[in-house]
Parts: sequence; structure tokens; C-alpha cells
Amino acid sequence: MSTATHSLPRTIGAHAILLTYTVIALFPVILVIMNSFKSRAGIFGAPLTPPTPKTFDLIGYSTVFGQGDFFHYFQNSLVVTVASLFFVLLFGAMAAFALSEYRFRGNTLMGLYLALGIMIPIRLGTVAILQLMVASGLVNTLTALILVYTAQGLPLAIFILSEFMKQVSDDLKNAGRIDGLSEYTIFFRLVLPLVRPSMATVAVFTMIPIWNDLWFPLILAPSEETKTVTLGAQLFLGQFVTNWNAILAALSLAILPVLILYVIFSRQLIRGITSGAVK
Amino acid sequence: MGSLNIENVKKAFGPVEVLKGIDLEVNDGEFVVFVGPSGCGKSTLLRVIAGLEDSTSGRVLIDGDDVSVTPPAKRGIAMVFQTYALYPHLTVKNNMGLGLKQAGTPAAEIERRIKIASAMLSLEPYLERRPAELSGGQRQRVAIGRAVVREPKLFLFDEPLSNLDAALRVNTRLEIAQLHRRLKATMIYVTHDQVEAMTLADKIVVLNAGRIEQIGSPMELYNSPANEFVAGFIGSPKMNFIDGAKLGETAKTIGVRPEHLTVDAKSGAWKGTVVHAEHLGADTNLYLDCEKAGLLTVRIFGVYNAEPGSTLYATPDAAKTYRFGVDGKVLK
Repeated sequence: MSTATHSLPRTIGAHAILLTYTVIALFPVILVIMNSFKSRAGIFGAPLTPPTPKTFDLIGYSTVFGQGDFFHYFQNSLVVTVASLFFVLLFGAMAAFALSEYRFRGNTLMGLYLALGIMIPIRLGTVAILQLMVASGLVNTLTALILVYTAQGLPLAIFILSEFMKQVSDDLKNAGRIDGLSEYTIFFRLVLPLVRPSMATVAVFTMIPIWNDLWFPLILAPSEETKTVTLGAQLFLGQFVTNWNAILAALSLAILPVLILYVIFSRQLIRGITSGAVK
Repeated sequence: MGSLNIENVKKAFGPVEVLKGIDLEVNDGEFVVFVGPSGCGKSTLLRVIAGLEDSTSGRVLIDGDDVSVTPPAKRGIAMVFQTYALYPHLTVKNNMGLGLKQAGTPAAEIERRIKIASAMLSLEPYLERRPAELSGGQRQRVAIGRAVVREPKLFLFDEPLSNLDAALRVNTRLEIAQLHRRLKATMIYVTHDQVEAMTLADKIVVLNAGRIEQIGSPMELYNSPANEFVAGFIGSPKMNFIDGAKLGETAKTIGVRPEHLTVDAKSGAWKGTVVHAEHLGADTNLYLDCEKAGLLTVRIFGVYNAEPGSTLYATPDAAKTYRFGVDGKVLK
């Protein structure tokens, strides 16, 4: 049965396209997870088949948990990601609020200056950053990574959030001012809850590159105590021999936390839309 | 308590001058309406009074005290916004009580005032609800309640009815009028709708392009507008303006309200063709294309049958005809 807005061929077409895309997007992830449960011979013999009783092997996981301190690496990754995310969202939202709410001299210029970071990759400044960290004694600390990632995430966060903050009703902020709320209360209690969906978007965009980054942990914090998961997985990549079981197992494990964080934020994304403030 | 004086207030946003020197006096207990087309500066003026915008120069005095540098919360005012601006995370009760809580009012006193205000606005059943669970009209009543509990010297309304549908608008207008009568408080009300202005105001301030065009009671503005702008803005349908030269008059423009024209099928001052007729039941609006006077609107009380294309003669009531000079001002 077809109605004004739905027709069967169109529905099938749309679903076919979406399903194809889903398969393409999920294929590498599933391949990694599947092979992480197989023996070495199984991985090379038939990489595309799911583990059978014959090829099933947990050797990868036992290597990961046996060699190196993977729990510790996980903890490092999590600390760095969550802390950076917190600072990016806090400072990004505050800067965005100032840019969108207050009229001051150089407002537009300041906005442009802060957005410039989107176009210039932070890695160009690696040498200077390393010198700075050496000078301030922060090499091989998680603080170094958190600082760099906060700087890296801020431009996009400010750019996106200031657009959204402009849409928050002026009347609501003014009502708060007349009721004697401080600018901080207005920001934290009235504005932030209303831009929660956009905060979640920014959080997802910020989180994934940080979690996956290899560059800065390798340069700024390669010591055993400060290794992140991505850096830790390099342990199994040798020049002559690569322990594929262990690498695939480590990568499968590395997907988990980021998936959990994503689920949390995407739920916020949906919930934020349903809260009615004005009109 | 509750008088307001504005002395030569100017406001500029960069090079754009929005208020070009406003002087105004509002007495205690008056209901004053600022009316004007969009962009005339009426909302900016209200914001300057509220303290949400700083004026570029000039003074604002509430009860004789200069409040030009006082923050909004300390001015003894309350404001009702067009978009209601309720706090989405608070219940109706807490929405109403927040301002008092911030000011350090004892809980029992807050409770007492919320009780009175919610009874006044029949909001009792909704006190524990959040704004998202209320209809538009209820939300605006909560916003009014939030203003009432503050017991302010000055109520400020910023187009409070614009977001409501037509039926609710009439009801809420009535409630605001009753509220004013009961509280005897000074109220300042901004609107672009001249019907709201005429029905609510003790005193109307007509603004245009950052200047006050005229201040007066509704009937003063209707019966003796100071200039062409006020004459055209007050009254619905709009006053007819006829080029004086075409009628052989000395005045630049002649103004006649649609209700001060009479029509006759046989004879009259201006011969014209009916272009369109609007039948509203209680009255009929005719649009006449006249040879001498151009397109005229005529308002006839009651039912009048006129076919488009037929010929009619319109005659103005000489005693209620306005003559405007080159500068737009009324010629005496």
C-alpha cells in the first residue's frame, strides 16, 4: 500500500542503500573482532570465516593480558580522553557563550582567531610543543597529553557551540538577569542544558581522534607508565614478526570504551531534543 | 510608588542610532503602551528601562532614583517576555519563586505570594508541573505570575500576546487589564498591535524611527493625531490619505478615516468604482477606486451590498477630515 509520503519501492530502495552502507562500515570492525578469536593459522588460512571450534583460540587475548600492562594502558587512555573531553567542553562552551552573548570590541576577530585552529593541524607545531613540554618538565606525563588534546579540540568546539548558543532565546537569559541570576548561573543552569544535543555532537567529534591518536603519546609520553592503548598495541608490531592475534585482540578491546562513551552521548543527543523551553 | 522618568535617553549600536533622544514621564499606577512599527525602537526602550541594555546617554529614574547603572535585578521591576522565557528545568512554582529566592526572601513569604498570584491567575492546578507540560496560554500566565510575585514597582511587558492565537490573545488581554485594575501597579507594555494599545492603555506612546511621535490617551490619538504617521498608525482600517493637489486643496495631504466616509449610489463628492467588498457582518469594508481621490477604503456599519465594478459616490465628513502640511504635521 502506498500513501502520499511512503511508497514501497522507495522504502526498499532507501533501506537497501542504508543496509549496504552499514555492511561496508561494519565490515572491518567485524573482521577485526572475528579474527581476534582465532588461532594464527585460522587468521591466515581463512580470514573471512567466523571462528569454528577448530580455529577458535583465545591466544590473542591471553598474550595481551599477559604481556605488557594493558589494563594500565586502558586506564591511561581513558583518563586522557575523559579529562580532555571535559576541558574541551567546559572551556569551549564558555568561550562560545562569551562570543555569542556579549558585544565587545574585536568579538568577530576573536571568533575567527579561535576558529583558525580548525584549518591548521596541531601536529605542525609538534617540535615546539615538545620543547615546551621539556622546558616545563611535563614530558612523560598524562598532563602533557591532556593539555595538547584540549588545545586540539577547542577550535571546532567553539565554532560549533557558538552557532548553537546564538539560537538560545535571549528572553530566557534576560529573564534570568531580571530574577537576579549571575552570568555563571545563567550559563550553567539555563544555557548549557539547552545546548546539550550540540555538546554531545562536539563530544563525539572530539573524543574519537583523541582515543585513536598515536602521534602525541609516541612523542610526548612514550614511557611505560603513561602509554595509551594505541601506543601499547604497537608492542606487537615488529619489524620482522607481527603478532596478529595480540594486535587484533588489543584493537577489539580498544573499541569497547569508545563505544560505551558514544552510547552515553548519543542518548543525550536524543534526550536534549525533547526538552521544551520556549514556545 | 512606581513612577518612571526618562530623560533624553539615546541608544546607538555602533553607528546605528536606535533611540534618538526619548523624554517620557510615567505616573504611578498608569498603564502606558509603547506602540510603533517594527524597528522603531520600542523594545530597545523597554530594555533600557529594564537595564538589559545600557543607554548611550540620558537617565532613567524609577521613583525618582537614578537607576541608569543599577543591574536589572535591583531596579524593582518585573518583565514578561514574548517567548514566555520560563526556566525549562523548574516547576511552575519554582519558576515563580526563583527571583524572590535569589533576593533572599524568607520561604514562608515566597509561599504566600505564590499562593496569591496563582489564585489570581488560576494556576493552582499546575504548580508542580514543568513548562513543557503547559499550553501556550498557561505558560504566559505563569510568566505573568512570575512578575506578580515580585511585587515590582514597574511591570514591563514585551509583546506578551504575540505568540498566542487570536482567541487566547483576547482572553489574556482581558486578564492583563483586570490585573492592572486589581494591582493598581504601573505597567509599561510594548506592542506593534494598535488594537492592544487602544484597549489596554491609559496613555499611548507612538514611536517611529527612534523618536516619540505623540503621547496621549487612546481617544486623543484617534481624534486629534499630531501628524500623518500617528493618523495612519492608529485606527483600523487605516486612514485614507489623498493628495491635496488633486482635490485643489492647499494642504499637502488630506486624511479621512474609512468610517468617516459615506457612500451613495447617485451623488456625492468623489465618484468611484467598487474594486472589492469585505463583508464582516457587523461592518462592510469597501475599496473604491475614485477618479479624483485614488483608492479609498470605506467602512460602512452593518451590511451593505455592493458588487465589484458598480459605481458609487463617496462623501467625507467635513468635520472629521484632517489636513497635513508638507512636514506631515496637522494643519490647524
